Amino acid sequence: MAELNLHLKVWRQKNKEDKGRFVDYDIQGISTEMSILEMLDVLNEKLIKEGTDPVAFEHDCREGVCGCCGIFINGRAHGPLKRITTCQLYMRHFKDGETIVLEPWRAKGFPVLKDLMVDRSAFDRIIAAGGFIAVNTGGAPDANAVPIPKHNSEKALDAAECIGCGACVAACKNASAMLFVSAKVAHLVRLPQGKPEREKRVFAMLNQMEKEGFGSCTNTEACSAECPKGISMDVIAELRREYFRASLKQENN
Amino acid sequence: MGWFLKFIDSSVGKKLVMALTGLFLYLFLIEHVIANLLLLNNDNGEAYTIYAEVLGSSYNIPLRIIEFGLFFFLLYHSINGARLWWTNRKAKGIPYLVNRASENSSFFSRFMIQSGSIIFIFLVIHLKSFFVNYRLGNPGDTMYQGVVKTFENPLYSWFYIFAMILLAFHLVHAFQSAFQTLGLRHNKYTPFLKSFGVILSILICAGFALIPVYFLYLHNAGGY
Repeated sequence: MAELNLHLKVWRQKNKEDKGRFVDYDIQGISTEMSILEMLDVLNEKLIKEGTDPVAFEHDCREGVCGCCGIFINGRAHGPLKRITTCQLYMRHFKDGETIVLEPWRAKGFPVLKDLMVDRSAFDRIIAAGGFIAVNTGGAPDANAVPIPKHNSEKALDAAECIGCGACVAACKNASAMLFVSAKVAHLVRLPQGKPEREKRVFAMLNQMEKEGFGSCTNTEACSAECPKGISMDVIAELRREYFRASLKQENN
Repeated sequence: MGWFLKFIDSSVGKKLVMALTGLFLYLFLIEHVIANLLLLNNDNGEAYTIYAEVLGSSYNIPLRIIEFGLFFFLLYHSINGARLWWTNRKAKGIPYLVNRASENSSFFSRFMIQSGSIIFIFLVIHLKSFFVNYRLGNPGDTMYQGVVKTFENPLYSWFYIFAMILLAFHLVHAFQSAFQTLGLRHNKYTPFLKSFGVILSILICAGFALIPVYFLYLHNAGGY
């Protein structure tokens, strides 16, 4: 077990209104077995002992499924490795004496609340606008009442893997939430249960995305490359087909 | 009508406009480069002059209509692209201190506005030297003579070649991106479209760049 001495450059911002700035920290004796969030825990313990404000960052499950953690690390969303979240990034991937730059997600739709923590409630509002199916409650239906080919359910699950972490928005030069919105649209339209509201859904979710101040997709494919769940660009093409179809079909939009 | 304006001005619609006008401009480039290669025919511009006369004739009504469309689409493509760039830039807000974008996206895809803007400036100069002079103006010489004269200027020729390199950058991303925007993406054909677009785009731009190289270095070397 090796130990690292690191130089950190962390974005510090008191609140939404504060302009914010980078602050340098030196930290010693970081185990290579730690995750980057545990390294921040160590830093925060030190800062608290010194009587200063600890660095705020969002986290919850720390096993890559909740989508809470998200830091722009050394110029990459969730750090330099592919298909992991910030909490799954271990210190063994850094070198002794290395400088690590930690920045919050940058997007108008994700205002910084404090330090490395951004407000991702825009995603909740996009989901609330149409990322669901409406069914009557009552007795549970028979499991085989709606036949779904295995292939279709697998494809739907590929899109449903999205954890809403926002890395797509963070990596996109346009701060577009297209991959997130498309993942949800594709997830639901690939299943029979999602079909009844498909036109309404694609309009409502896209409108909400634009209202939240996210940019539009220009196919750089950065989102898909940085997505911890590897959501494919296929879903964005599918969203566009859904949007064209709905535009041609729908009475009012 | 209201729904249509809303549709083409939505985030997906604006991109659809970029893709459709872009593909139309792409088709025009294919026609243009094939015709330009007539200049390489060692006949003192005979074939090219016939082509230019047929193309530019006032009686060629269908082409006059397409020409109007071409200018309209070119302007729409440029203005719409600038609008997309501006709103997307605002959506990003504060830039990152460190951003390793090359790790997740192609260079060409990130610099469409820059390559596009320089191509636009090039087009203004290009149209001024050929279209305005020979189609709208009253030149004393034929278009072929104009081409020879213009490309004998090394500064003009090298700017032309530089613009063609940027055009290749622009088209390499543009071709495959247009199909993605149209929702045409599938493992069956997307890898083919991507490679085909790269090859075709480079061929088109190399074809254009061949003209100034020819008139600058090869044309006079053999003598008339």
